[in-house]
Amino acid sequence: MLISYNWLKEYVNVEISPSELADKITKSGIEVEMVESLNKGISGVVVGYVQECIQHPNADKLRVCKVDVGQGEVSQIVCGAPNVAQGQKVAVAVPGAVLPGNFKIKKAKLRGEESHGMICSLQELGVDTKLVPKEYSTGIFVMPSDAEPGSDALEYLNLNDHVLELGLTPNRADCLNVIGVAYEVAAILEQEVKLPNLTIATIEEKAEDFISVHIDSLEDNPYYGAMIIRDVKIGPSPLWMQNRLMASGIRPINNIVDITNYVLLEYGQPLHAFDYNRLGSKEIVVRRANEGEHILTLDDQDRTLKNTHLVITNGKDPIAVAGVMGGATSEVQNDTTNVLLEAAYFASQRVRAASKDLGLRSEASSRYEKGIDRNRVYAAAMRAAGLMAELAGGKVARGIVEAGKREVNTYSVKMDVSRMNGLLGTEISPEQTGAIFDRLGFSYKEAEGQFEVVVPSRRPDITIEADLIEEVGRIYGYDRIPTTYLLSEARPGGLTKNQSQRRDIRAYLEGAGLYQAVTYALTTPAKSTHFSFSGEKVYPIAVAHPMSEERSTLRMSLLPQLLEVLQYNRNRSMEDIAIYEMGSVFINRQEKLTELPEEYAFVSGAVTGVFNEHLWQGERKTVDFYVLKGILEGLMSELNLSERITYEAGEIENMHPGRTAIVKLDGISVGFVGQLHPALQKELNLKDTYVFELNVTNLLEKETDQMVYQTLPRYPSITRDIALVVDQELPAGDLTTVIQAAGGELLKEVNLFDLYEGEKMEEGKKSLAFSLKYFDPERTLTDEEVVTAHNRVLKSLEERFGAQLRK
Amino acid sequence: MKDRLEALKVEAIGQIKESQELKDLQAVKVAYLGKKGPITEVLKGMGKLSAEERPVIGAYANEVRDSIQQEIDKKQTELENAAILEKLAKETIDVSLPGRPVKQGNAHPLTAVVTEIEDLFLSMGFTIAEGPEVETDYYNFEALNLPKGHPARDMQDSFFITEDLLLRTQTSPVQARTMEKHEGQGPVKIISPGKVYRRDNDDATHSHQFMQIEGLVVDQNVRLSDLKGVLETFAKKMFGDDRKIRLRPSFFPFTEPSVEMDISCFKCSGKGCSICKQTGWIEILGAGMVHPNVLEMAGFDSKKYTGFAFGMGPERIAMLKYGIDDIRHFYANDIRFLKQFKNA
Repeated sequence: MLISYNWLKEYVNVEISPSELADKITKSGIEVEMVESLNKGISGVVVGYVQECIQHPNADKLRVCKVDVGQGEVSQIVCGAPNVAQGQKVAVAVPGAVLPGNFKIKKAKLRGEESHGMICSLQELGVDTKLVPKEYSTGIFVMPSDAEPGSDALEYLNLNDHVLELGLTPNRADCLNVIGVAYEVAAILEQEVKLPNLTIATIEEKAEDFISVHIDSLEDNPYYGAMIIRDVKIGPSPLWMQNRLMASGIRPINNIVDITNYVLLEYGQPLHAFDYNRLGSKEIVVRRANEGEHILTLDDQDRTLKNTHLVITNGKDPIAVAGVMGGATSEVQNDTTNVLLEAAYFASQRVRAASKDLGLRSEASSRYEKGIDRNRVYAAAMRAAGLMAELAGGKVARGIVEAGKREVNTYSVKMDVSRMNGLLGTEISPEQTGAIFDRLGFSYKEAEGQFEVVVPSRRPDITIEADLIEEVGRIYGYDRIPTTYLLSEARPGGLTKNQSQRRDIRAYLEGAGLYQAVTYALTTPAKSTHFSFSGEKVYPIAVAHPMSEERSTLRMSLLPQLLEVLQYNRNRSMEDIAIYEMGSVFINRQEKLTELPEEYAFVSGAVTGVFNEHLWQGERKTVDFYVLKGILEGLMSELNLSERITYEAGEIENMHPGRTAIVKLDGISVGFVGQLHPALQKELNLKDTYVFELNVTNLLEKETDQMVYQTLPRYPSITRDIALVVDQELPAGDLTTVIQAAGGELLKEVNLFDLYEGEKMEEGKKSLAFSLKYFDPERTLTDEEVVTAHNRVLKSLEERFGAQLRK
Repeated sequence: MKDRLEALKVEAIGQIKESQELKDLQAVKVAYLGKKGPITEVLKGMGKLSAEERPVIGAYANEVRDSIQQEIDKKQTELENAAILEKLAKETIDVSLPGRPVKQGNAHPLTAVVTEIEDLFLSMGFTIAEGPEVETDYYNFEALNLPKGHPARDMQDSFFITEDLLLRTQTSPVQARTMEKHEGQGPVKIISPGKVYRRDNDDATHSHQFMQIEGLVVDQNVRLSDLKGVLETFAKKMFGDDRKIRLRPSFFPFTEPSVEMDISCFKCSGKGCSICKQTGWIEILGAGMVHPNVLEMAGFDSKKYTGFAFGMGPERIAMLKYGIDDIRHFYANDIRFLKQFKNA
């Protein structure tokens, strides 16, 4: 909302500067987003009188003018505006003047003719083109004939004013008009509000002789008032009114339309002026539009209406979309003489529906949507009718033709001062409280700190005690509220085990060389199902109105987005990347989603290109399966889960079928690790890329054993190495499992330390070497015991896998 | 005989001094002190001496032997030290060459900011509450005093999935869920960080997905002045000890009174600069006293209990703190961007 400082001062006494005022308004609750000076650095612009205006001898498009710029001084000025003419009062930038953008005016010669200054358009004085009245939009602005040559043109044009831009929260629709802001400012500055005089002279004829009003549904339209103003003369509105409209961001059109807009800004009440003679009947009927009904709106657009829209009709055809826009057929035109003035209260849902469907948002519709003051509708009608009489020579017919109830009863809200002080942490007395309500213009009864406050109809946002407490608090000043600390008993805060483990996982992965990424949860429908490892049928979850296909469906895996990150970096020539993300995925097993989907915390990583590098020592190792598996093994050890995790070869969509392991916890799948399918790598233009994905929720929901200290070995251990020859496709993990089982109690460690597949081996065979460490924490082992255990191992290996010791 | 010993001593010490290597020295030792060496020879011939001379010569011979031995030891240490120095000299490396890099990633700047805020509130006795990112209309709106048709729902155009399910537009539903779990019994003292979603076009200042951290305290006798205390502590820890805070009245459907908190600009300390848009103040968060309707809906007696809530945007805080100019950087994950936050 744009509020002219000078206009505001008409209703409330303000003796501080615009910026000081802005500061006070902001501190009391309405944020002033900007204070704009309409004088954008202008100086030296005076009123001039064009005494003579002749064609430039050497240029078709230029005129040479003799302009009286005051104190008997007549300057010759060359002017290019098509509308400059003898007898006009104009704004003249005299030599030495400065225009917006620090544009300095100097004496000049234009095509051989001296020019002492410049006749200005409003745009040249810093007014936005779309606010300049149409007849002046391509030329100079012509001022009223009573303007005094030589006097400050900015005063006439109200360009010494300031405009306050208010950022209004939805509860403060009462400040969508100048009078509303005046009440707020009066409360802040402890001043009175001065309202316009509403007494108007009327003619003998009654409005009801000209028109009747009928409302179909009082729910859609609780009140409709119509006034008749006869014999108006259409013309420009006075300059002061045009200036205020422009300062508020509205383009002046003609006196009648300007008056409706002016009162809209002043009272916050949307009004509409119909050309009475073009109504096509003598009745107004407010009803729902028929589905598919048409109206030509006054922007000359043919609009198709719906049954949720409310229309004003002449008993037959729509002549306006209620609260949104008038129709073209009944529009006020230059030859209009009789005006029907509409002042109504339309239900906000009806206005919102039409405004949204038709894509029409206007000053009027937005006010109806946010709620207007029901008890101000009549006053606004009187104000507008009065101005039409005063400024357009109209004759106001007696009375107002109404349907519905003109006013609603006010209500009161109770407030207890001690509860207020308890909520704010203040010690405000009942007297101070009463004084604040006085400033706000709220009437009240009070007894022993119990207030009963009558809420003015302009403040429908106040309905409960807390609302009144806020009013008192903000006028009292939040800067005067003390700073205190919570009285409640001290309780330890802290993370849950799950939360701290999730932090551990992040810290571990970062320590292992991975950078954390944060990506979007919404992806494409196709990508949303990639890398699924749950095994069951799942259904993508799509949002109803996505902003784009790219962000339309919730992810079931973090990997598609991490791969996008790799691509993004690859496109910027960064090919060696190691990242991870921890975030939610959403699994839906219902064909139609009726309840919350399952949400899991996942952690996933993607590593591509070189992982270990030490340039001058010539080391440059690209990532492989075992790099990622090693990271996961370390992670499981960190989580005390190593012993319960297994890695089994498996297949996952989009993963390399021979280089992927399913990660299982207690035999149940919790994720996978492996290489991206080479086809996908190629499609994404990535080098060999390895990824992992783990369901952290499942991983952490299992109880882990309490960590217990193991006595340090006091007795020596005995290590035996074995090299085995086995079939090439036999997984080493199977051998380890058998060794551990066969070794028994005494076998404490099994480490694979060599793998050989090559020429020296028989076709289809490979050699694996293990180091087995035996010990007993209680005593020194005898050779015999170790030999027995070791032979058991060898025997099992031979029996299970036909493994032979390598010779 | 004494002269003979004296001559041997001089001769031996001469040879010791000339020895250049340990093996030369060893040869000298064998030559003079060995079992077949001249000193042993001298001692063997002692029998020929008189009873008076014998102890004198004997003692002298031992003295000579000891001093030779001492010289040898001294020389040996010398030679050994020289050998070590020589070896060390050969082992010299170029210490200016770069070291072997230790692989080390780091947290995303948003996580860094969230963790810092979490830790601060954990230290003040808060716990962390979490909730689903897909929410019901009830918890996301209705339980927060935003009934269907409420104009403030417009402020947060939402990603609905079905008529009743949506991507949460705020982390406040976690507050509603937590209060409900308390079954009308205080105190509640939580913060809830998380991702939220709104139908915005992504640009330099808007993101359809972003993060929020909200806090909630519900207990008997919780005051707006207490909120001021908590927020002041937060502002000073997060942005520096000399920060001032300012509460401005504002509006949120789930709090009444509602406030917005500004901090004095950490760049210009209130003088006015581009960061604070010449106002000296930077808007940091929204807060307020929990609306009685919200308390009642969650099962708390609003006559007995009061509470405060606050909410802030980690993106905004990170952007202010690190001078980041475009919110999209957080979600593009350019590795050159991520790597800058090693010390965040």
